[in-house]
Amino acid sequence: MTPEPARTSDSARASDPAGTSDPAGTSYSGRPLDATRALDVDALIDDPKTRIVVCCGSGGVGKTTTAAAIGLRAAERGRKVVVLTIDPARRLAQSMGIDQLDNVPRRVKGVEGDGDGELHAMMLDMKRTFDEIVEAHADKERAAAILGNPFYQSLSAGFAGTQEYMAMEKLGQLRSRDEWDLIVVDTPPSRSALDFLDAPKRLGSFLDGKLIRLLMAPAKVGGRAGLKFLNVGMSMMTGALGKLLGGPLLQDVQTFVAAMDTMFGGFRTRADATYRLLQAPGTAFLVVASPERDALREAAYFVERLAADDMPLAGLVLNRVHGSGAAQLSAERALAAAENLEEGGIVDQEDGKVGDRNSPDTQATSTPATPENSEHPEPAADTSADPSVEQLTVGLLRLHAERMQLLAREQRTRDRFTARHPEVAVAEVAALPGDVHDLAGLRAIGDRLAG
Amino acid sequence: MSRLQVVSGKGGTGKTTVAAALALALATEGKRTLLVEVEGRQGIAQLFETEALPYEERKIAVAPGGGEVYALAIDPELALLEYLQMFYKLGGAGRALKKLGAIDFATTIAPGLRDVLLTGKACEAVRRKDRSGRFAYDCVVMDAPPTGRITRFLNVNDEVAGLAKIGPIHNQAQAVMRVLKSPETAVHLVTLLEEMPVQETADGIAELRAARLPVGRVIVNMVRSALLDEAELELGLERAPRTAIAKSLSAAGLGGARRGGNAERLVDPLLEQAAEYAERYALERDQRAVLADFGQPLHELPLLAGGMDLAGLYELATALRKQGIA
Repeated sequence: MTPEPARTSDSARASDPAGTSDPAGTSYSGRPLDATRALDVDALIDDPKTRIVVCCGSGGVGKTTTAAAIGLRAAERGRKVVVLTIDPARRLAQSMGIDQLDNVPRRVKGVEGDGDGELHAMMLDMKRTFDEIVEAHADKERAAAILGNPFYQSLSAGFAGTQEYMAMEKLGQLRSRDEWDLIVVDTPPSRSALDFLDAPKRLGSFLDGKLIRLLMAPAKVGGRAGLKFLNVGMSMMTGALGKLLGGPLLQDVQTFVAAMDTMFGGFRTRADATYRLLQAPGTAFLVVASPERDALREAAYFVERLAADDMPLAGLVLNRVHGSGAAQLSAERALAAAENLEEGGIVDQEDGKVGDRNSPDTQATSTPATPENSEHPEPAADTSADPSVEQLTVGLLRLHAERMQLLAREQRTRDRFTARHPEVAVAEVAALPGDVHDLAGLRAIGDRLAG
Repeated sequence: MSRLQVVSGKGGTGKTTVAAALALALATEGKRTLLVEVEGRQGIAQLFETEALPYEERKIAVAPGGGEVYALAIDPELALLEYLQMFYKLGGAGRALKKLGAIDFATTIAPGLRDVLLTGKACEAVRRKDRSGRFAYDCVVMDAPPTGRITRFLNVNDEVAGLAKIGPIHNQAQAVMRVLKSPETAVHLVTLLEEMPVQETADGIAELRAARLPVGRVIVNMVRSALLDEAELELGLERAPRTAIAKSLSAAGLGGARRGGNAERLVDPLLEQAAEYAERYALERDQRAVLADFGQPLHELPLLAGGMDLAGLYELATALRKQGIA
């Protein structure tokens, strides 16, 4: 297969001998993805060995919708699925029956398909997840002390970073319950793309660090254990910290750390286990993006970062890709035709060229030459052209030109990504005109995802 | 005119672009603005087509009429060390803290401290004066976290002031809050004419108001120009005069109008695109109505046909000025 099989049939280039249009190719329908690079979503979700699908990507690219659509499709193809979403749109959450935060998966009604698949879904409540961990791993008295600590309350209510920890914690919990054969996870819209991957490591390095011992030491003073750590330098340091944070806050922090002390080991072990789970062969990462420069730049970063962490990448889901049923008509020609009409349909001077102009069309669509294809357009003068129809046609042509410009831009952006990462399989999801907020919409997305 | 302009918006709405255009617009006619980035994405550098920004204020653009735009990507770790040095002369202790992992802890794990540093640094730039007593920047524009996090982000100092009831952090936090809750600050929200971003804008405005943070303008980004009028939109696929359109296309030089002719074969796909346009148009009309109900000043920025680049940024800045935002 030649690298650019569609080039010759690219009518936009053919009609643009000066090469002013996009050199990478303008026609969307003229350049399908190579078979080798197409992501087979159905093969992925049908494979019983696939146990976890993680959808990641920058904000606003449709991660949540993609996760939900994949979950629904897998369920309707016979798998028992749970979808963990972070922040779904209200109407989507309502339609799935998960708009109430109770931090447990709910069975979604209205799933079709002849298999015995099931779809469960839940929305992450990070404070509750955190509280549950505390309750499960500390005795009653200690748990109460932690839950009542002001420092803990701020931490768990969702300062930056907590969401990432809790999403991973919840994933670990769902996996260990072993009730579902596929878990689809939506990731938080992190400030830095892969905070959720860093979370366990960060927690680990914090727990290994001297700082935690330093923080804990004064709280234990009175007990003898603390004194061992308290050399002169350290006491100076706590002095500085106390000065900086204010005494009561430092005390809150210290009490919190001391109370959490026994639990930290558990945190660490589970965080490490979840991290390894993500690297395991049963996990598949899907990087989600829209065909826009920023989103794809983030996607490229994700791809590189996942590779660096040995995380198994299944491919890229490119959402909201535009197409056109009339891709043989380039933006330039559509605009020229619109201007033609607006100027009163003066085509005579171009009459001789019309046949030439049309020839790429004939090639592009591979239709056998028919008499119509070579015919000359009817002269404008003879039509008793209804001005409102002409105006409508002008509108249609301008609309088409805008669409083709958009296609060209999306194509260019996508090509830039695939040139950098030719190894990444891509699934394109054609844009829907409206928003998705019910199962039918998710199903439509699933169909488009599977190609 | 508020001197601290915070720009938030749902992910994907182009808040970095709008923040940059706003910084340009506000710098017009000899003013000096500082564009601040807090999320370490280097979006500003990408937009202005320069290399990655260090933690240092540097000039990145000249505005029409001689103004200057400076940019700063705040690095929380460096900001913390700077802060320790500035207020407590803790240079050496800062290094020791770093060794201990305290800096790492403070900037990544400790609740809110990172956000305290980011907002604190921005407020410091707002209040900074040069030797002659003039403000160092006429205006500071912050490319802030997305709408879902903005209230917590800006309000973090309140929370910290509540946690640390005494001490320098308490005082510092309160000083920052005084700036953020005053008319010196305006929080603008960027949205698209789509359901989710509009919903998030509504939620964001409600949260900001509840926290008594000053809500500024709502900026609708990437607005597509109207290409068909209402009557044409209502035609629908069934009632459209296919034959006449085919003839019209043919008259425009696009091939034969007869069945199977080049022009005739364009009719269906073009009408289909028009139907999609009509559906989207109706959605956009609904969302515009929702936005109007918020009672905040509303602005619209056009979708740039060529995609976003430096020239486009100046175009958007001009549009903002024309709309009286700067």
